[in-house]
Amino acid sequence: MLADGFKAAVLLFLAVVVQATIMGSIEILGGTPDLVLVVLLAVALLRGSIFGALGGFWAGFLLDTAYLGTLGVTSLLLMLAGYWIGRYGETTGRDRVHAPFLSVAVVTLLLAFGELALHFLLGEPVAAKEQLVDAMPATLLLNLLLTLPVYGLVRRLLAPERPLDRATEVELVG
Amino acid sequence: MPRNRSGGLAALSSSVRRTPARPYPVRSSSPLKRRLVAGILALVSLVLITGYFRESDGGPFHDVQSVAATGMHPFEVGAERLARPFRDAYGWLSDLFNAREENQQLKDQVERLRNQAIQNSTAASEVKRLQALLDYRRSDTFPGDYDAVGATVLADPPSRFEQWIVISAGSSDGITKDAPVVTDEGLVGRVTKVTRDTSRVTLLTDKESAASAYDVQTEAYGVIRHGAGSTESLILDRVPKQSRVDRDDVVVTSGRRFGLLPSIYPRNIPIGVVTSVGQTDIDVNQQIQVRPFVDFSALDSVLVLVRKSPEPSLP
Repeated sequence: MLADGFKAAVLLFLAVVVQATIMGSIEILGGTPDLVLVVLLAVALLRGSIFGALGGFWAGFLLDTAYLGTLGVTSLLLMLAGYWIGRYGETTGRDRVHAPFLSVAVVTLLLAFGELALHFLLGEPVAAKEQLVDAMPATLLLNLLLTLPVYGLVRRLLAPERPLDRATEVELVG
Repeated sequence: MPRNRSGGLAALSSSVRRTPARPYPVRSSSPLKRRLVAGILALVSLVLITGYFRESDGGPFHDVQSVAATGMHPFEVGAERLARPFRDAYGWLSDLFNAREENQQLKDQVERLRNQAIQNSTAASEVKRLQALLDYRRSDTFPGDYDAVGATVLADPPSRFEQWIVISAGSSDGITKDAPVVTDEGLVGRVTKVTRDTSRVTLLTDKESAASAYDVQTEAYGVIRHGAGSTESLILDRVPKQSRVDRDDVVVTSGRRFGLLPSIYPRNIPIGVVTSVGQTDIDVNQQIQVRPFVDFSALDSVLVLVRKSPEPSLP
């Protein structure tokens, strides 16, 4: 558990560094891939809501630090995203193939709305049309393209101790 | 039951049950713990937001951020250096792909702006011309018993021997044959052919045109008609030798009858300025050259004078 936590923290830290230095400057069809979000959702799906919440808070804090944004804003949003997708993984989405893609698609959309709402509440300038209309389709597509390799990588790093609830032995009663 | 029975047989036996699997790691958290963690993190986030907003730039939250940013800086620099070749390659490829499209876009933009500039320039000069016509229409020198119909020139004179133009106003605008045509500078000519929406205007420089005129300064009367040389020069004909006409005198329409026909032009429409005066022993009239005020080669807009009331009949 502790080792997994450390691995997830390092993974998210590296994701933030890569996002801030490389991914953030890549613009394809007006959209920018969000590596941190995809990594976080993979961690949350594989390790549950507490990991998701802690990982989201950590990644958000690092992002706010890297971009010198208002501390706590991205932490709050990513913490909620991680917690929610973690719960989804714990309840219904654990073994479903489409779970990572569905999670990424839904959270990418909700996160954009959440960011806009929070920044609006804080009185910070936001460009709603650019974020929701112009950039969203491309961002969504890029995040979905990232999902498969990132989820595979995170799954290898945070491999479950017992991948499936298979019967390994039988016990005879009676 | 012996332990060495095969799994297949055991599975078929009704007395066999599966050992409960160990819970999957993600399911190990209790609801209370889960909610507690999420609640604490949300609270910490809100505290961070509030504290960060309330404090000045030198406050503790800013300091924390600054320290954390300093800690991240080496990693960011390292990642940036690692990624720079790839970013450069990506940028080069991206520029390459976009250059053609961007070039076309810029060309289109230049073309659009050039057309817009031309349109603006044309519109500005047209406004200036129309404003001049309007000023003339409102001035005291405009003949009071006429209305003005504005028109633009659709066709210039076809040759130096055919001095007529086509304008964008016709019988539907109230224009009739022989209606005088003027600009703010002076007399242009008269309407010689009318259709519903267009008219032909024979210029004063045409060899068939003539108008009774007089020298404003000396009141010497004569007939203005086209000159023998240049198409844009006029002569004031039929001025007897005893009448006085000086160089630089202004010539305007007289409004008088010309022979048996009444003048079709109202009185006092400017025509031109006297450039030379001469006489010969064999000619009973003076030879007076007049330079017209109107530039007949650059007509864009004109006013057609339409009588308000029917023309008075001759006695």
